[in-house]
Amino acid sequence: MNDYNFAYLDEQTKRMIRRAILKGLAIPGYQVPFASREMPMPYGWGTGGVQVSAAVLTPDDTFKVIDQGADDTTNAVSIRRFFQKTAGVAVTEATSEASVIQTRHRIPEEDLRADQILVYQVPIPEPLRFLEPSEVETRKMHALEEYGLMHVKLYEDISQHGDIATAYAYPVKVEGRYVMDPSPIPKFDNPKLEMAGIQLFGAGREQRIYAIPPYTQVVSLDFDDYPFQPTKADHACGLCGAEDSYLDELIVDDEGGRMFMCSDTDYCATRRKHGHVGAQGFPFAEDAA
Amino acid sequence: MISVESVSKSFVLHNQGAAEIPVMQGASLKVGTGECVALVGASGAGKSTLMRMIYGNYLTASGRIMIGDVDVATAAPRDIIRLRRETLGYVSQFLRVVPRVSTLDVVAEPLLATGTKREAAVHQAEILLTRLNIPERLWQLSPTTFSGGEQQRVNIARGFAFPYPALLLDEPTASLDPTNRATVLSMVGEAKARGTAIIGIFHDHAARDEICDRQFDVTRFTPGLAA
Amino acid sequence: MTPLLQVDSIAKSYGSRIGCTDVSFDLYPGEVMGIVGESGSGKSTLLNCLAGHLTPDRGAVRFDTRTDGLRDTITMSEPERRMLGRTDWAFVHQHARDGLRMNVSAGGNVGERLMAVNARHYGEIRTEAIDWLGRVEITEDRIDDRPTAFSGGMQQRLQIARNLVTGPRLVFMDEPTGGLDVSVQARLLDLLRGLVREMNLSAIIVTHDLAVVRLLADRLMVMKDGHVIETGLTDQVLDDPQHAYTQLLVSSVLQV
Repeated sequence: MNDYNFAYLDEQTKRMIRRAILKGLAIPGYQVPFASREMPMPYGWGTGGVQVSAAVLTPDDTFKVIDQGADDTTNAVSIRRFFQKTAGVAVTEATSEASVIQTRHRIPEEDLRADQILVYQVPIPEPLRFLEPSEVETRKMHALEEYGLMHVKLYEDISQHGDIATAYAYPVKVEGRYVMDPSPIPKFDNPKLEMAGIQLFGAGREQRIYAIPPYTQVVSLDFDDYPFQPTKADHACGLCGAEDSYLDELIVDDEGGRMFMCSDTDYCATRRKHGHVGAQGFPFAEDAA
Repeated sequence: MISVESVSKSFVLHNQGAAEIPVMQGASLKVGTGECVALVGASGAGKSTLMRMIYGNYLTASGRIMIGDVDVATAAPRDIIRLRRETLGYVSQFLRVVPRVSTLDVVAEPLLATGTKREAAVHQAEILLTRLNIPERLWQLSPTTFSGGEQQRVNIARGFAFPYPALLLDEPTASLDPTNRATVLSMVGEAKARGTAIIGIFHDHAARDEICDRQFDVTRFTPGLAA
Repeated sequence: MTPLLQVDSIAKSYGSRIGCTDVSFDLYPGEVMGIVGESGSGKSTLLNCLAGHLTPDRGAVRFDTRTDGLRDTITMSEPERRMLGRTDWAFVHQHARDGLRMNVSAGGNVGERLMAVNARHYGEIRTEAIDWLGRVEITEDRIDDRPTAFSGGMQQRLQIARNLVTGPRLVFMDEPTGGLDVSVQARLLDLLRGLVREMNLSAIIVTHDLAVVRLLADRLMVMKDGHVIETGLTDQVLDDPQHAYTQLLVSSVLQV
């Protein structure tokens, strides 16, 4: 018997979170404070994302969880089982079949549709935090649209590394107004932030929720003479041959031999099902676990 | 051009039992364009005091000091600043300079402050320094390390760089050798010819008699000294 | 001619203790006003009221803005005042650390104000930063160093560059040479003097050091116990002080 309320949280809490979500959608990119609850997992393990998912899930939803693009890591599995137990919702590994997708640090390669919701897990929601430690001051900066400091960070990168070195959590300007941290997704994923789906961001420890409604303008910050480049490793996936997906690097032997493969496991598996084979891959068959 | 009208001044030394020392009473003096008037009187009679009052360095207790149409005794600080920049020059006995500023820049300053382009200002400074026998190798150095006579000549060059309509000279020929003394006197003469109204203090009587049209005895207006 | 800054009866108290009271003056473009006094005179309180760091209890501080003429900065909205603080105004703190970002390179510190007013070309920002560092006598090879690697005098000069890069018209300075070695002070004062002249800046400088005002200020205000007790031309106030306290102050200065 299931003693939990649907999706673990009580209804009043869900309403509180939904209000925050609505406010976030009404003000794209603006960090809405919310009363983050104690969850049965420590801070830093996705409590924000879990609370947002819990607030938006309905019994008819199909839920998918990915962690760095993979459905089968410990955390992804744990969170998926958590909602299976407390919400009884259907789960899937196929991006196209999910209605709610919770993710840590990646956006799925496959374009999302208007009927899908992407929930991001966010560690530090404040893009200016490492430059300006004062919360009072950063709130003022957002309120007054004083974002010079953000460009100082990019300037520092170029002066130290010859290029904007920020490889993930690359700051963006949303709908021409708020500067936002898109969570630690690789900068390769930044262009996907303009999508048909609804994007919700939850930071449990920091107690903030923010959102991007569908088809919102999201521009990655840069300089005129150092334009933004969504870069990835200059290889194709060893398993499925994809040349346009974000890759993980895997060391395969003791001599330093390595292989690159799609970080998005569902994307890779789907391609292999359709017959694509990479340089180090073999035709799709039921893989051993 | 310069009209001192019935000015008076005392010093009140608050930290010495509020002692009040009257130093000038009812002094009046007029200097027209092209005139050079020497202030004379015993040491301590108030020559430098009067000069400083005319420059606005000392406050005047009563009376008026008209330079053109500005009353220095009551003018706002900003008007006196403008007056000093454009109308009234002052060559004091001591060269007070900022460390690290080159001699050329010291002399060119009055011209730069009145909008002369840098090249022309520096050129004029070079001419004056040459005339006053300051060797070229010293031009880029700060005058803080120069001898007394050299400093005095730099001071004079600065005072004559800009053609002020009115000029105050405090011992301009002190510490100068005969050659330079003659140069300075001819510079004063040229200023007179330009129509400059000049008030000077000269302990060098010969220079005074050579240059000045008349004398003004301040002792007449010094309380306690007037005969 | 419109004054650049019109200070009208500014007063600030801390409970029953007077911080400063009844201060009024006009400042015109290109003028430098020195405010001297000993500890507790109220000069820092006054400066902070003028610069918008403290809200005075009474009075107005009207600034001649570029677009709207004389506006009272005390009743201005905070965004407007902050914008003023990044463009037309500058504030040089006594301790460079209060006026710099210590974890950002020298170039970033100087470039920040430019980026805050939408400069978006890295190359141009860097060129301008190099130019400004040169003007405050910091060599180009230090542009990527953090201020933590600079001496006190260098940090102060960096602070000045950071403040002046947007071409402000009014600079507030709080003891700009405090805590620096004497030779370093001389160099800094000279630099300030040159920049003030070159850029036709107006400045309000608070200091307890009479030599600083002699060198930099056209006009002087002497404060004691929150009141302005004497004001006038710098050379006049120092050479012919009228008030008992001013006379005491001037005669107390050691001559070398």
